[in-house]
Amino acid sequence: MENGNNVAASPEEVRRSPAFGWAARDTSGVLSPFTFSRRKNGENDVTIKILYCGICHSDLHSVKNEWQNSVYPIVPGHEIVGVVTEVGGKVDRFKVGDHAGVGCMVNSCRSCHECAGHLENHCPGMIFTYNSTDVDGTVTYGGYSDSVVVEEHFAVRFPAGMPLDRGAPLLCAGITVYSPMKRFGFDVPGKHIGVVGLGGLGHVAVKFGKAFGAKVTVISTSPSKRQEAVERLGADAFLVSKDPDEMKAAWGTMDGIINTVSGNHEVTPLLSLLKTFGQMVMVGAPEKPLEIYAFPLLLGGKSIVGSAIGGMKETQEMIDFAAEHNVTADIELISMDYVNEAMERVAKADVRYRFVIDIGNTLSAT
Amino acid sequence: MAELGNGKKQASPEEVHPRKAFGWAAKDKSGVLSPFAFSRRNTGADDVTIKILYCGICHSDLHTAKNEWSNAIYPMVPGHEIVGVVTEVGQNVQNFKVGEKVGVGCIVNSCLSCQNCNRDYENYCPRIILTYNSLDVDGTMTYGGYSNMVVVNQHFVIRFPENLPLDKGAPLLCAGITVYSPLKEHGLDVPGKHLGVVGLGGLGHVAVKFGKAFGMKVTVISTSLKKEKEAIERLGADAFLVSSNAEQMQAAMGTMDGIINTVSADHSIAPLAFLLKTHGKMIMVGAPEKPLQLPIFSLILGGKTLAGSCIGGIKATQEMIDFAAKNNITADIELIPISYLNEAMERLTKADVRYRFVIDIGNSLTEA
Repeated sequence: MENGNNVAASPEEVRRSPAFGWAARDTSGVLSPFTFSRRKNGENDVTIKILYCGICHSDLHSVKNEWQNSVYPIVPGHEIVGVVTEVGGKVDRFKVGDHAGVGCMVNSCRSCHECAGHLENHCPGMIFTYNSTDVDGTVTYGGYSDSVVVEEHFAVRFPAGMPLDRGAPLLCAGITVYSPMKRFGFDVPGKHIGVVGLGGLGHVAVKFGKAFGAKVTVISTSPSKRQEAVERLGADAFLVSKDPDEMKAAWGTMDGIINTVSGNHEVTPLLSLLKTFGQMVMVGAPEKPLEIYAFPLLLGGKSIVGSAIGGMKETQEMIDFAAEHNVTADIELISMDYVNEAMERVAKADVRYRFVIDIGNTLSAT
Repeated sequence: MAELGNGKKQASPEEVHPRKAFGWAAKDKSGVLSPFAFSRRNTGADDVTIKILYCGICHSDLHTAKNEWSNAIYPMVPGHEIVGVVTEVGQNVQNFKVGEKVGVGCIVNSCLSCQNCNRDYENYCPRIILTYNSLDVDGTMTYGGYSNMVVVNQHFVIRFPENLPLDKGAPLLCAGITVYSPLKEHGLDVPGKHLGVVGLGGLGHVAVKFGKAFGMKVTVISTSLKKEKEAIERLGADAFLVSSNAEQMQAAMGTMDGIINTVSADHSIAPLAFLLKTHGKMIMVGAPEKPLQLPIFSLILGGKTLAGSCIGGIKATQEMIDFAAKNNITADIELIPISYLNEAMERLTKADVRYRFVIDIGNSLTEA
């Protein structure tokens, strides 16, 4: 392997602690056992023995190369929680035995304007937890594995008493909705927030919304989710987006909308729900371009905004807030060898609302 | 009385208003304008009567006259960039006197009691009444500024400071407020920030002038290279990008705090979104007919905003006019007699004007 001409070093040439996980080898996305290695714990690093890892829909997109950027083999997983087993000499926020999590990022340049502003998620040199080329030239491997070594800056402390399994999905789904809700003032008590789509992201947005003291209306294509949304998740109201009368009655009533839908859909009817100056935040990523008619935006000074995860400071803040307000994800805990079946169910949105792999109890080296 | 499609009865001003007036109106969707005698109301207690001296031609006048927005009621007297002199005031009017120079923009009435009106956003009042082609509170259709006089509730009248030229100031009443309002609302008025202006027409050229007056760096983004000299040497823009020049666009990626997009033709917005910095905002003030195609990654990467904006409230309009007067900001105009009106409209469809036609009403509009 020639390192001089931009070819990724094989991790085994650079890293020396053995590791074990499940990886996808090709665009079928099917995962199977995989041995690899992690770097030795450096002076700024924290080593985490992984106990749980959430399955994010992005994991599915990546293993199937749907974003045309997959480098196989891929070990997915960026909703990682476990226990600290080693800390480097310069680490001061963690000690061995602490519970810690890792989300979607494991590194950034730490010197640009974005990094200085705690927006590592927008750093041009940001490195993802998996399927990214790290600073040492190796490809990053994610949390469907037994351990991870990460710079302290990118590890998140889990407060005592915070459930690890139900907290894991917050590391991606949680921060993805929390960050824009804070940024756009949807966290002010009494505001009326719409949540479009009731899946991994949507159900957490409802919980945060209620914890913020907002009135929350869920907008969904499926009437069958109404009872769940209102009675179990605590939403104040439920609109079926295909029902024109229900939608019309809600025109101009919402301060903001969090749109978690990643299927292709019409956004114009959703813009009508916003008050003057209302903002619709897109956290889902539909494949086809959105069709945006000018007048629904102009008449009312409305906005469509994009948002992508959040910075590390905010991620810690989000976990602390969740711990304080008992916000956790609704999960289906699965064993490692159920993962392929779980992925198929994720493709059909057949889960309430996040799978979490019980790594600690079910991942074993063959 | 004519029956409007929504069941409301529309009165013609001629049936209800006693004062004779005259102007030019479009009679059908050809949009061709011709002399038209009509009526205005008497000066009410809260009203200001204005003898019109100048009226700017806004592209919206053309869209509306040709029924391109499917809401035209004929006959239609367009014009919402009106400047003139006060000839009469009602008994409740304290802030305007006979002889004062004043302007009227796009709004002649609103409910003045909803949340938006109370926050000085009459432009977003659900019961807004526009200066022309709108159903007024007395059941008549409003007629605009391609006419000799107008009677307006004082709340919607804008004082023109002494040093602001009337002809070159008129277009500010629509074009000016349309760009000024969102620039202020979105914090794109901070010295040192970088503003992109897409499209160099009636709205765009005024946006460049305001941007420079705010102390910003201004880059014009246009489809035509031949506007570069003009943009930089005469309007004071700091830089110029040709949107079809991939290299230039690439070099400017991630450099702009905000973009004001004045283009009303169909165009591609994703390449423009990539010019924005993290958390940058693109404000749409033009209204393309076809929907914009927005690949969502162009907003998600960098957490960017696409915002719409429509004119501005009355308080902001007065503030804008005062700011313009203080900073010598006026529109670049081509002054025309009313007889040239149809030809001007045709040139407007081809964007063949630098940058706003203004009708010299006072000197050229005479009763037929």
